Amino acid sequence: MTLIKTNYNRRSFLKVSALAGGGLMVGFNWACSPSENLRKAPSEWFDMNAFLSIADNGQVTIMSPNPEIGQNVKTSMPMLVAEELEVPWADVIVKQGLLDEGAFRRQVAGGSQSIRQGWKSLRMAGATAKQMLINAAAQKWGISPADCTAKNGIISGGDNKLSYGEIASLAATMEVPEDVTLKDPKDFTIIGTSQDNVDLESIISGKPTFGIDFEREGMLHAVVMRPPAFGMSLESYDDTETRAVTGVSDVIRFGDKIAILATNTWAGFKGKKALKANWKGKQKLENTDEHDRKMLKLLDTKSSKPKREDGNVGRAFAQADKVIEKVYEAPFLPHNTMEPMNFFADVTDSKVELIGPVQTPLRTRNSVAALLDRPREEVSVAMTRMGGGFGRRLYGDFALEAAEISSLAKRPVKVVFSREDDMTAGIYRPASKYKFRAAVKDGKITGYHLTGAGIGSSRSSWTRENWFPAGGIENYKVESHSLQSNITTGAWRAPITNFLAIAEQSFFDELATEMSVDAVQLRLDILERAKTNPVGKISYEPEKMIGVIKLAAEKGNWGKPETGVSQGFSCYYSHNTYVAEVAHVRMRDGNPFIEKMTTAVDCGIVVNPDAAINQVQGGVVDGIGHAMYGDFKFINGEPQAQNFNEYRLIRAAEAPKVDVHFVKNTNDPTGLGEPSLPPAGGALANGIAKATGTRLYKIPFVKQQITFG
Amino acid sequence: MANYSLNINGQQKTVEADPDTPMLWVLRDLLDLKGTKFGCGIAQCGACTVHLDGTAVRSCSVPVSAVGENKITTIEGLAENFDHPLQNAWREHDVPQCGYCQAGQIMNAAALLSRNASPSETEIETAMNGNICRCGTYNKIKAAINTAAANM
Repeated sequence: MTLIKTNYNRRSFLKVSALAGGGLMVGFNWACSPSENLRKAPSEWFDMNAFLSIADNGQVTIMSPNPEIGQNVKTSMPMLVAEELEVPWADVIVKQGLLDEGAFRRQVAGGSQSIRQGWKSLRMAGATAKQMLINAAAQKWGISPADCTAKNGIISGGDNKLSYGEIASLAATMEVPEDVTLKDPKDFTIIGTSQDNVDLESIISGKPTFGIDFEREGMLHAVVMRPPAFGMSLESYDDTETRAVTGVSDVIRFGDKIAILATNTWAGFKGKKALKANWKGKQKLENTDEHDRKMLKLLDTKSSKPKREDGNVGRAFAQADKVIEKVYEAPFLPHNTMEPMNFFADVTDSKVELIGPVQTPLRTRNSVAALLDRPREEVSVAMTRMGGGFGRRLYGDFALEAAEISSLAKRPVKVVFSREDDMTAGIYRPASKYKFRAAVKDGKITGYHLTGAGIGSSRSSWTRENWFPAGGIENYKVESHSLQSNITTGAWRAPITNFLAIAEQSFFDELATEMSVDAVQLRLDILERAKTNPVGKISYEPEKMIGVIKLAAEKGNWGKPETGVSQGFSCYYSHNTYVAEVAHVRMRDGNPFIEKMTTAVDCGIVVNPDAAINQVQGGVVDGIGHAMYGDFKFINGEPQAQNFNEYRLIRAAEAPKVDVHFVKNTNDPTGLGEPSLPPAGGALANGIAKATGTRLYKIPFVKQQITFG
Repeated sequence: MANYSLNINGQQKTVEADPDTPMLWVLRDLLDLKGTKFGCGIAQCGACTVHLDGTAVRSCSVPVSAVGENKITTIEGLAENFDHPLQNAWREHDVPQCGYCQAGQIMNAAALLSRNASPSETEIETAMNGNICRCGTYNKIKAAINTAAANM
């Protein structure tokens, strides 16, 4: 049990009127059918704190504070609250919380941090409300709260019993306790059980659930024409034919963009097609070939300030028996969420209302307030369920567009991107390259030198120099260079590591081959050194990495493949979570295909096991898909793929079976939305190398180097 | 603009639309049936899958003028009480992550099962290959289709 200070700020306990009705109706849903406890409909709700309110019939509404992009926090975060509240999950209604920086902390979907960072605060909200219910019951019975217990939505004390519903009105008036005790993990009854996605019914019955489904009376659909290439600006346009399209009501220029306002989406798309715009190059129009040349040059450039240097790398290489050097390359990637970017805005003299799919509601609100020169208090943000995020919806550009258009049109508008808009006006995973060098002497790795280069700003970092294999190699050096570009880049699921891990884990596989040692044993040897006698400081736990490596090797029968199967190994630490994977690759008609991936994960306590398996499977499939097919080039600033006929995503027949095994422990939970992705491409590449003898160095594997089964 | 009388989920609906308007936008914007999703607009992703006389079609690429008297079924009308064996299997396996593609996946799978009650793994993969799930829930989608087939 953990005793913690509640330290709520005052505002989180303001009794907001009708909080239970305050959430956005889009996405409203029952968690599941209520328990027998609830025999009548609720008639009055009592707010215990910002996270939860209890009705007179015992029903509980829990607000899920963070945006939902498919990582399932709308289910798992309220589970943490319900656990400590001691209420049956079946009696819980979950609603999406609005942006409220006074009540909620870090309302962000990013970095796989929602559960990790909400682990204490969400349980504290439940535990605090439970204590207030107990205190109220004790007061009513004239006994000590210490003699009362709460379980299944009922408080017992002596011979007395009261349901939460019966005591909620008094409990809501109680003093907020100064500290509360959190449950011991062994006593959990909700955490660790599989609970269905709270939006499951809406999703499978087709109810309006996503941002693109949102509508408001009097709203216009806004379709935007943006520059066709990065570096171009708008010179002039002729909207005569656009205005003649039935359903188009207005055409408005803003900056280098033109908004077509229409009464329905299709009219907007047609209006855009009819629009004639002239563009001119204002900045340099960039090319992928040029990026590639410059980045390769950077890989051979000595950095004036290495990111890390242990020992004497120069000497280690000079004295080596053998030096192994390999270069790995990856392109830009669009995010391609299935739900294209969209956002609703209603800008009036008194308020700015924003509704839609965004991973960063707070930052978006502040950007919109700055753009429109309005006080932040006048800007509200309601988050809808998102049809995927993958990092793209960390950037509120679509909400800024909606706000600006609504402000100019003086109408509520919903901006909708076509797929072509979505793919070509992206904030891409930056292209990057890595050069790995290793010095081998007397059968051991004595020197290690990694240089990374990628498209980004001078602040970008392309390496994770304090992670594996840091601490395990005596002479160790890491350098990083950036190439600036006017092509917009940003976070893409497991930023940086989504390719760094592929390159690194491919390199260690090649090293093992060159050194004639087992690929798993090579990693274990380095980790043993990092664990027992680390070189310099490290910011990962070798013990946990060893744990998942051994689990994956055991469950994946490492070294004992089925007949006809070639195995590839990979492991990676990211988002505070450890993952190891064994790819099982077969040949079919002379080409390799991945049949199965065995995955071992240490993410601490698993909150919602079935959903956690889903996340891990999805990350593996995503990692394999983009390693095989991800390809995105620019010529004269213009993206060379616009839709799924030109951009290949992994499909049902290509996705392997993914077996998931969790390390069982009672450590606080860590990230899960991203960590299974980074190692997947490496395991795949290593399996293919074994199956075919062909080593892959460049993403996408399929187009440039190999044909798949 | 022209008037079209359409049979949608067993009900006759009249809409006024340009002849080239895809059924997707007729459903979403004119009839307020939001379950059918916009993904690509060029019949590449399957998010907008509906049934046209029981056959799975991509509604983004079927103009309203081509529908005639053919019956359209959307996710909202797949089963009374949303209890199609596939919807029940989706519940059992808790398939979705983001959920955006899932209506299209279910509609496509329903058309598959209506013509092939017990498809093989390969037949499932082939039939479902036109429906992208960006979250990568393919393992669960396949498992749910198998469960539904076994329960039908």
